[in-house]
Amino acid sequence: MAMADAGGQDGGTAAAPHEGPGAQNGQSAPDAPPLLEVQDITRRFGDILANDSVSLTLRRGEIHALLGENGAGKSTLVKIIYGVLRPDSGRILIEGRPVRIASPAEARALGIGMVFQHFSLFEPLSVAENIALALPQGTADAALKERIATISETYGLPLDPDAIIADLSVGERQRVEIVRALLSDPRILILDEPTSVLTPQEARQLFATLKTLAAEGRGILYISHRLEEVREICDAATVLRHGRVVAEVADPRRETAASLARLMVGEDIHAVKAAPPPEEPGPPLLHVRDLTLPADGPFGVALYGVSLDVRAGEVVAIAGVAGNGQRELFRALSGERLAQGHGVIHIEGRDVSLCGINARRRAGAAFVPEERLGHACVPEMSLTDNVVLTRHAASEKTQERLVRHGLINMDAARRICARIIGEHDVRGAAPEKPARALSGGNLQKFIMGRELDRQPRVFVVNQPTWGVDAGAAAIIRQRLVDLARAGAAVLVISQDLDEIFEIADRIAVISRGELSPARPAAELDREAIGLLMAGAHEKRHGRADNGTHAAEARP
Amino acid sequence: MIVLEKRAEPSRLWAFLAPVVAIAAAGLTGAVLFALLGRDPLLAMWTYFIEPLTSAWSLEELAVKATPLALIGAGLALAYRANVWNIGAEGQLVMGAIAGSAIPILLPEWNDPLALFVMLALGLAGGAAWAAIPAFLKVRFNVNEILSSLMLVYVAQLFLDWLVRGPWRDPMGFNFPKSVSFTDWHVLPAISGRVHLGALLALLAVAGLWLLLRRARMGFALKVMGSAPRAGLFGGFSMAQACWISFLISGALAGLAGICEVSGSIGQLQPSISPGYGFTAIIVAFLGRLSPVGALFAALLLALTYLGGEAAQLALGLSAKVTQAFQGMLLFFVLAADVLVHYRLRLQRREAKS
Repeated sequence: MAMADAGGQDGGTAAAPHEGPGAQNGQSAPDAPPLLEVQDITRRFGDILANDSVSLTLRRGEIHALLGENGAGKSTLVKIIYGVLRPDSGRILIEGRPVRIASPAEARALGIGMVFQHFSLFEPLSVAENIALALPQGTADAALKERIATISETYGLPLDPDAIIADLSVGERQRVEIVRALLSDPRILILDEPTSVLTPQEARQLFATLKTLAAEGRGILYISHRLEEVREICDAATVLRHGRVVAEVADPRRETAASLARLMVGEDIHAVKAAPPPEEPGPPLLHVRDLTLPADGPFGVALYGVSLDVRAGEVVAIAGVAGNGQRELFRALSGERLAQGHGVIHIEGRDVSLCGINARRRAGAAFVPEERLGHACVPEMSLTDNVVLTRHAASEKTQERLVRHGLINMDAARRICARIIGEHDVRGAAPEKPARALSGGNLQKFIMGRELDRQPRVFVVNQPTWGVDAGAAAIIRQRLVDLARAGAAVLVISQDLDEIFEIADRIAVISRGELSPARPAAELDREAIGLLMAGAHEKRHGRADNGTHAAEARP
Repeated sequence: MIVLEKRAEPSRLWAFLAPVVAIAAAGLTGAVLFALLGRDPLLAMWTYFIEPLTSAWSLEELAVKATPLALIGAGLALAYRANVWNIGAEGQLVMGAIAGSAIPILLPEWNDPLALFVMLALGLAGGAAWAAIPAFLKVRFNVNEILSSLMLVYVAQLFLDWLVRGPWRDPMGFNFPKSVSFTDWHVLPAISGRVHLGALLALLAVAGLWLLLRRARMGFALKVMGSAPRAGLFGGFSMAQACWISFLISGALAGLAGICEVSGSIGQLQPSISPGYGFTAIIVAFLGRLSPVGALFAALLLALTYLGGEAAQLALGLSAKVTQAFQGMLLFFVLAADVLVHYRLRLQRREAKS
């Protein structure tokens, strides 16, 4: 049994944590087979080889990073290990024994636990109820709560079993998922991009928990594309690119973030070059004063008193953990949702609070939302049609007016489309191709190009490089900086702190719909931003005692 | 094991082939059906699909029946493109017919060419007004338009029934539930034999909608809202607008079909003025791949099923329900074959048990 194993090893490994997998194996059982071996796994989706004879070895007590860009095949691999997908060929061994994993239930029975990137919790139910749902029927309520409490305490995962999920922060929800996975006492724990939704402080807490778990002899498979944290906590790394293993790193601590990135991307990524921001700040081109909007649905976030100026020539970034009002703020700025009165949002001095998105475009603004397919683009329509989508109403340079007397000039649209594809290096694109045929990075380059081509004075972009490969991301960041230095006001909403520090002149933080004042990037560090992400600047009263924070304070 | 696999891009080849495959499959199933009914399937298929095309009279009749189907089908294609599910074209047809017939019934003395224009305009307006009800309910209260538009069909039909049995009954008509016969000024002029001016209007409508969907910003907005509503909002289009435009246009064309039917083919108002054109036009829209031009061709085919059904009834003694069975199978196979546009079939050997 795994528990007995773990108990037996506890003392030995705790004394010398992270001596490395080799040392540990040598210590306990010289010939013990590795915890998990994946051999030559191949899985094809249509024309795409998502996994091309991938092999990986996870040892006891090891935190093993699975690295790769979006689309490299990480998710496919872990879904195969967790029994969600079946491989076309290849085999999986657990402790030297070949196994067939046909479903997540079988995976759990074999001692594999998984924490998904997107949580699967029922919001109206309590923590204990959510966990009970994942267990066999008939588990006694009191006993369950006791087990939750024990696990919470052992692994530093403070949780109130009676708290309602809807009241919990994202970090706390993740704890629920982890506790739920740990209840079945897994030997192997898989975490899919666990820190993408956490503040730096929460992430550190998670790392401590993971180290405790590893010290008990469990193997942890850790998916991430954040290289710094991989260097910080992982004992080994497997790097995937285009579905193949391109490198196995024995000790990530000896690598640099740049060398890991090179392995992931296969080429050097050029760093953003930015001239210093203008000494004399330009006039504010985007001016937001006291923007307050109620939540637009049961899972929406209300905006409260958001004020912000973005001046000509600068990049202002809004940091924050996902789901804290970024989407709502973007929609309010773009005009997809109107403000509730006059005088709230100004673009180049014009009050556009009650103007729709096309009037704001005519005022000189351009917008790039977070979601490429279905929001920024119509997936089934051609790239040319997608050019028309955001440009049909804008009053362009006269020779490029796309709509006259209600009719669209498709030839002009095609010309613009071809120009965007050429100038912005959109690979694999043609004006007639549907948007969904492009890869994420190239589609994002196209969307950015579509808006940049209009030479906007105000540019608002939400998660500009989300799910974009590192090469394209660098290009996109450079474009944003260049646009600002050319005299535009650029507002970037992003969850990626590396990105923010790379391009922002000033940084504000959004948490639960409130925005902190924007401060020069040079005055801020990760620590300070982390505190703001956790709500240090929030003004509304009665927020701190709604049960959410009580749970944190308890143990 | 057969697996459906999503294509990277929708197949252009299958976009054209799917209706052909569907028609072939429906024909084949029909032949089996005839054989089971004890008829010679080849003779039955000949009677049903070929014979109506061999005489001038039946070709004209084909055009007459295709006229309302094309008018309504093209309008529905537009609405369905916008993801607006107008199922009540039959009711809009009836209301258009009633509105247009107000002139010959209430003002039989108004005898000049303008009267006919006003009749057609009233037909458009009547259909659009009836379609405006589900549009309003949808936009204002988010009422499911499929249900509301469908239920309004029966309201319209009962209203017509009441009119021709009550206030609009011809006083000289021996108590038959029929209105007065329209005078020549109120009848659509014939183009050839029974084919009336409505056929030309149908062609114009198809051309107009084709242009609207292909070139106009309004058509673009409808396509975008139908395909990706959030992208549509990002493009500055509105859901409510798409709903209104779709219902008003498809309703107006159904109303036009109604008044053309009454004024061009029947010549008076009676309790039943359509053999379900408004419902058959749903099949027309889908068989025509939700394109107005496609709907024109599909209308001809569906008109043939009406003619063939009559022929089969006369020559082979088959039930008139055969027509509906054919139309149903056609819709079924069209929707089924559409899967092949976005997916491909792949044969996969079962994994060997280890």
